[in-house]
This record gives sequence, C-alpha cells and structure tokens, in this order.
Amino acid sequence: MPTDTLPNPEKNPTRSSGELIRLEQVTKRFGDHTVLDHLDFSVDAGKHVTLIGPSGSGKTTILRLLMTLTKPDEGTITVDGERLFPAPEKQVREVRKKIGMVFQQFNLFPNMTVLRNITEAPVTVLGMSKDAAEERARELLELVGLTDHLDKHPAQLSGGQQQRVAIARALAMRPQVLLLDEVTSALDPELVAGVLDVLRDIARSTDITMLCVTHEMNFARDISDQVLMFDSGRIIEAGPPEKIFSEPEKDRTREFLSAVL
Amino acid sequence: MNWDWSAVSDFMPDFWEGLLVTLQILVLGSLISFVLGLVWALLMRSPSRWVTWPVGAVTEFVRNTPLLVQLFFLYYVLPEWGLTFSALATGVFAIGLHYSTYTMQVYRAGIEAVPAGQWEAATALNLPLRRTWSAVILPQAVRRVVPALGNYVIAMLKDTPMLMAISVLEMLGHARLFSQEHFQFTEPLTVIGVAFIVISYLASLALRALERRLAH
Repeated sequence: MPTDTLPNPEKNPTRSSGELIRLEQVTKRFGDHTVLDHLDFSVDAGKHVTLIGPSGSGKTTILRLLMTLTKPDEGTITVDGERLFPAPEKQVREVRKKIGMVFQQFNLFPNMTVLRNITEAPVTVLGMSKDAAEERARELLELVGLTDHLDKHPAQLSGGQQQRVAIARALAMRPQVLLLDEVTSALDPELVAGVLDVLRDIARSTDITMLCVTHEMNFARDISDQVLMFDSGRIIEAGPPEKIFSEPEKDRTREFLSAVL
Repeated sequence: MNWDWSAVSDFMPDFWEGLLVTLQILVLGSLISFVLGLVWALLMRSPSRWVTWPVGAVTEFVRNTPLLVQLFFLYYVLPEWGLTFSALATGVFAIGLHYSTYTMQVYRAGIEAVPAGQWEAATALNLPLRRTWSAVILPQAVRRVVPALGNYVIAMLKDTPMLMAISVLEMLGHARLFSQEHFQFTEPLTVIGVAFIVISYLASLALRALERRLAH
C-alpha cells in the first residue's frame, strides 16, 4: 500500500504530538432543543475516537461543528492550537484545511468524473499542479481499491464505490483530522465491509486523527483508542473500547449497547 | 378564397429576410435572458438587502408590465436621454430583459434543488465560494433547468412579432407589408404560421438533444 501518499508528520513539522482538538463549553441549540450542552472534550493527535449513542444525542453535530458546517451558540473550538470558533473567516479557512470529512450520503460531485472529484480541491485550494494532483489521486484510488473507475461519473458507481471515492477525495487534501459521519449507514449491507476494510487500513497505516460516528460496533472496537458514549448532548461515559463494550459503568450505556449489538 | 402559389413565391424573398430577423431576435434575446436571468438569480441570493430589494423590485416590475409597453418605452424614451439604438437592438434587449425576469425564477429553483450535501462537501474541501458556484453548484443547477429554459425560448419565439410595434421587420412585419401591397393575405400569413411551427419544433428537438447530452 502506498502509505507515502497519506499525511506524513515529517512533512508537517508544525504539527503537535499532543492535543489536536479541543472543544470547551460548547453549546448548540436548534430552536428550543439543546443538542450539545456545555460540552468539553479533547482529542490527542493520532488518536481514533468513536462517538456512540442514540440518535439525536449530538454525535453528528460535533463533527459538523468541527467541519464548520454549523456554528455553536456558545463555547470555543480549537484545532492544533488555532481557534476555529470563534474566528475570522480567513482564519477559519486556514484551520479548516487540517480537517477532512466523509459523509453518510457520500456527497460526491455528480457533474465531475471520479478523478476530478479527487483533484478539484488539491488543484484549486492547495495549488497543486494538475499532473501532481492526478498522480496522487491514482495512488489514493489504488489505496481504496478503485483503479478502474477514474473516468466514470459517481452515478455509474455502487454506493460502496462512491464512498471509497469520497474517502480518497478527503485524503487528497492531506488532513490531520478525518471526520467520518456514519459512512456506512447509507450502504447496502454487502457493501459495508469493503468500506470498513479501507478505513481499517487507513487507521492502521497512517497517523491521521479520526473522529468517527458509527453504528458499526465491531469496527469501533477494532479501530478506536477511545469510545465516547453520548446521551442528550453530554458525554456520559468515556474509555477504551474494551472497557466500554465489555464492562460499561453506566446503565444507559449498557442499555444502548444491548440494543445495537 | 383561392390559394395562389404565385403569391407564395412572390413573398419568398421578403419571407427569408423576415425569417433571418426573427431568428436573430430569438437567438440574441435568448442569450440575453439566459445571462441576465442568472445574474438576477445570483444577486437575489446576496445577504444584503441593499442588493436584493432593488433587484427584486426592478425584476418584479418588468415581469408584471406588458412587453409591448416596455418596447415602446425603450424605443421612444431612451433617445430622449441621449441613448439611441437601432430598432432591432432595442427590441432584442427589451425581449431579453423581459424574459430574464422569468428565467431568473427558473435558475432560482434549479439552484435550490442542488442538495445541501453538495455545499457541505465543497466546504469540507475548503473550496472558495466562487469555485463552489462555478464548478459544483451551477453546473448541476443549469442541467436541471434546461427543459424549463427551453420552454421560455419557445414562448419568446411567439412574442417576437411584438417587435413589429417598434418597426422591426421580422416575419409578421414582412407578411403584413406584403399583404397590404398585394392585397393577398392568406398566403403570406399561412407561410409564416408554418414557419413558426417549424422553428418551435426544431428548437424543441435541439433542446431534447441538449438534455440528453447533459444527462450523466
């Protein structure tokens, strides 16, 4: 596997090895409903953190806040020592470069080929040459096992293939953090394994920090350094996967796990 | 009533001239309405009320007043302000402007129909706003609205004879002149009627071909 195509700490000397993401007292409301309630948490560089909990408990909202797809009502968000919220637009654009996201619905650009989906942002945002971006796109497509589909449009691919292209597209920007938002929830059951295998490979062979919202508990157990159990906008329990999945402390966690496992 | 083929052939030279003018109005008017309509649609998305209010007011006004009134206004009032254009140029602009107030609504619907996930993916990739519009949103929006834009091209074709009112000699203008000179009404009017049907039909074929090409 061409691991040299993935984020490399040596090429990024400013990168800190300690805390990479910090949310402080973050509150998010939608109307009268408080999705996140004065939430504090942090993630160290290179860690794989899985967010579990019932739907509506605020997991996806955390990813969306980090990707700046929505703004908190209160609190601060810091990434790699730089403020992401509140921050001026120009700074947000800079800090956001450190973060990539893969969506539940893939969100590939249907008007572009697979290759251009992956090269578009490296060329227009990072200023890479078209040739360099295409070479890197080919390497990434090899990594996700899709070398034959460069010139196809997303609509010609299966859901699993589209999601693997989306993973390659996110990695092409060399993010330090990869946000995975229920990336297998929209897939047919037989396509889930292929996507999860790709993500396991990436988790194993790179130092990329992962924040993952998923209902695939086996996958969570495999890749996570830490599991956070959410309920009603708060983290009610946190710990390594062995502990959370085998001997959770809270009744709420036990209830949730027995319902999904 | 007698059908006179010799009147048809006598009318032909005038007909070709008129056809050329009608097609000019249609093609240039459509282009103006496509471009201006997109400009209106994009301006209406501005966060500033100082932009959306005047644009909304002007386009609402143009959409809700008769094209004929707008033609007369531009043709007779603009020269008083020192702006003099040929009747054809004035007419093309007027019809393009008028229809741009319809195409803007088509574009708006097309832009709103692009899923929110496309905007989110563009944000996640840090694409600049300008690039998000030009590479992601508009290509998808325009593809969706081609059929609706096509319908306005056909509607515009049927409004081209209005330019006769400001002395542009398109097909109907020529047919009317010919009729009055030769006292033969049936043949020239029938010829241009058939021509209108043929043009709409060809235009609809071209549009369907374009839709197929844009499908992915």
